[in-house]
Amino acid sequence: MKFPRKLAALSASAACLTLALSGCGADAPKNAGPTGETGKEPVTLSLATFNEFGYEDLLKEYETLNPNVTIQHKKAATTNEARDNLTTRLAAGSGLSDVEAIEVDWLSELKEYPDQFVDLKDPAVEGRWLDWKTEAATTQDGHLIGYGTDSGPEAVCYNGALLEAAGMPSDRESVEKMLGTTWDSYFDAGKKFVAAGTGPAWFDSAGAIYQGMSNQMSKAYENEDGTVIAADNPEVKEVYTKVLNASTQDNLSAHLGQWSNDWVAGFQSQKFATTLCPGWMLGVIEGNAAGVEGWDVANVFPGGGGNWGGSYLTVPSQGKNQAEAKKLAAWLTAPEQQIKAFTAKGTFPSQVEALTSEELLGQTNAFFNDAPTGKIFAERAKAVGDSPFKGPKFFAINDAMQQALTRVDVDKSDDAESSWAKFLTAVKSL
Amino acid sequence: MSVTDRVRPQGQSIDEEKPGNRDVRRLAFSQQVSKWDVKLSPYLYISPFFLLFALTGLFPLLYTGWVSLHNWNLIGGQGKFIGFENFGFVLGQPYFWNAVGNTLSIFLLSSVPQVVLALLIAAVLDANLRAKTFWRMGVLVPFVVAPVAVGLIFNNLFADQFGLVNEFLGLLGLDPVRWHSDQFASHVAIATMVNFRWIGYNALIFLAAMQAIPRDVFEAATIDGAGRVRQFLSVTVPMLRPTVIFVAITSTIGGLQIFDEPRVFDQSGLGGADRQWQTLTMYIWELGWGQRNFGRASAVAWLLFLMIVLIALVNFLLTRRIANQGGRK
Repeated sequence: MKFPRKLAALSASAACLTLALSGCGADAPKNAGPTGETGKEPVTLSLATFNEFGYEDLLKEYETLNPNVTIQHKKAATTNEARDNLTTRLAAGSGLSDVEAIEVDWLSELKEYPDQFVDLKDPAVEGRWLDWKTEAATTQDGHLIGYGTDSGPEAVCYNGALLEAAGMPSDRESVEKMLGTTWDSYFDAGKKFVAAGTGPAWFDSAGAIYQGMSNQMSKAYENEDGTVIAADNPEVKEVYTKVLNASTQDNLSAHLGQWSNDWVAGFQSQKFATTLCPGWMLGVIEGNAAGVEGWDVANVFPGGGGNWGGSYLTVPSQGKNQAEAKKLAAWLTAPEQQIKAFTAKGTFPSQVEALTSEELLGQTNAFFNDAPTGKIFAERAKAVGDSPFKGPKFFAINDAMQQALTRVDVDKSDDAESSWAKFLTAVKSL
Repeated sequence: MSVTDRVRPQGQSIDEEKPGNRDVRRLAFSQQVSKWDVKLSPYLYISPFFLLFALTGLFPLLYTGWVSLHNWNLIGGQGKFIGFENFGFVLGQPYFWNAVGNTLSIFLLSSVPQVVLALLIAAVLDANLRAKTFWRMGVLVPFVVAPVAVGLIFNNLFADQFGLVNEFLGLLGLDPVRWHSDQFASHVAIATMVNFRWIGYNALIFLAAMQAIPRDVFEAATIDGAGRVRQFLSVTVPMLRPTVIFVAITSTIGGLQIFDEPRVFDQSGLGGADRQWQTLTMYIWELGWGQRNFGRASAVAWLLFLMIVLIALVNFLLTRRIANQGGRK
């Protein structure tokens, strides 16, 4: 990246020289005129993202619109890499990009340090995003640390061929009706499916189902004042028991750890009929289940709505060009731009206006039986409720909870009670 | 530099031939300089390594000790000084001791077969083979593969339900092994990855040492009527003593710091739902980056350091004894 910049500087000074030589040496100061006319200093902004944000063409567009701005785009391959980079440099107090992309899951820990991020609250962008999206990035005293980019509203993906084999309807409308709107009705449908005895399980993993259910609790593990309530919260225990009952007693689970090799292989060998799927999961399923026919998306999510994943653009306060950086972040997260990113890389927008865009609503997915995925996920996004409160220890407690579920559901090395006891020990050790 | 320094002052004093206090002092001084030169230069020449080590090794080591005595958050930074509280807390954690057990178990399962197999392979490579270089380079190939790639491949082989290893066991009529939930099985699987990578590398080190053994010793042994096996045990192994110590110590350090392989052994990288294969370095990772508690993570790091020093010492004494005994036989 450095080389082209030097080159540009070199050619600029060369141009200056030729101008000066062309006979108007005395008027040299005038040469500064053209560059000064835009009223802004030339500025180089750095932007750090991960995976695919779909920003490549947009950045070029921005540079054309703002000739004084040069953007350096750093792209991390994985979110983990980006997270390590962010936390390390936050700790060091320097080295971050002017605009840093973050994932929704990191918010709980980053919101503890609002001073590290410029407050992006601005009347100009008020109401741009769905409420829950902005809410999640706002601290208790109203400090907005990031502008929303994409989101992960959840629906239920199902394998229609397996449903048919069990004598159940497989078209989207009937499946939506059958799954119903509560977790009980979702599990009841599963019991009917398993009773048919065709072999496959109803869902892939207890951990994945728990993730969907726990995101609907207003606060699962911690109080706003930082006290840990995970062990005493009856809601947590209730959901835990419900999921594990479905897994062990009713045998609805395929007993696969999500993202494990067995889970990936489970798509090919058709081990389960349904899975909870945010928009970005469609690509994952399509890849894992390549060649398997019958996958479809139902426009429903048990227990209300749910969101899994999605990102934000922040402006770290250690940066030097905060005003310019904020402008860039605001421009990139505007509905028009986010729709372009959606077309480029399929990142589902979190902006209210973008959800009504023709381009988005018209989108269908051939692998999922030509389901109108654009329309489905736009509706799913509107169904998402208040964003749950996640305190600084959320990550660690949730990891312990997932391990507790895995011990019972996948490893079968514990029953629900003994695994819960281990979970309590783990929480105490934090 | 050093040569001219030493010569020039002498030449000067001969040219001038004026005995005087100043000259004597000058002579004395320049002699002093050349003395320093002889005595200090070697240390100066080797100092860049130690300066670099002080910067990248010693300083972090001491700083980690400093961090471990404080409340220290990954992002928030330094907190209150709390003395040895972090150490006390960590030592009271069952997870710490579980990690110590896992680390030692994986270390033994990898280091011991590694050294033994590497020795045997080296002995075979030392024999008169056709296409020697091909075989010698061949054993090094696994070492070139990145550990994470090895992890991903073996992870697939050792998958519980649809893994190749279990399919193969099924063909033999055996029950599938629960690689990701049984503690010992997971250690075996991880040790296999480590061994796959390091055996060839160690074999080449042994091979180099074997070729340095004077051939007449073997000839003498042959005349004495010693067979191949006997020669290997009574001549080769004892003569490899320094190399065995070197390999044992490096594999001890590597084995106790093992991280990549267990971390990629499942999708969440926390060492299993029941921490079946969480090693000490993974525990450091969990404390430091998962819980962002750098104080406690540093305390564990220091305990690990002490453990390595201790085990390396034991290792050194043991290997020396074994090798000595072998020599006396």
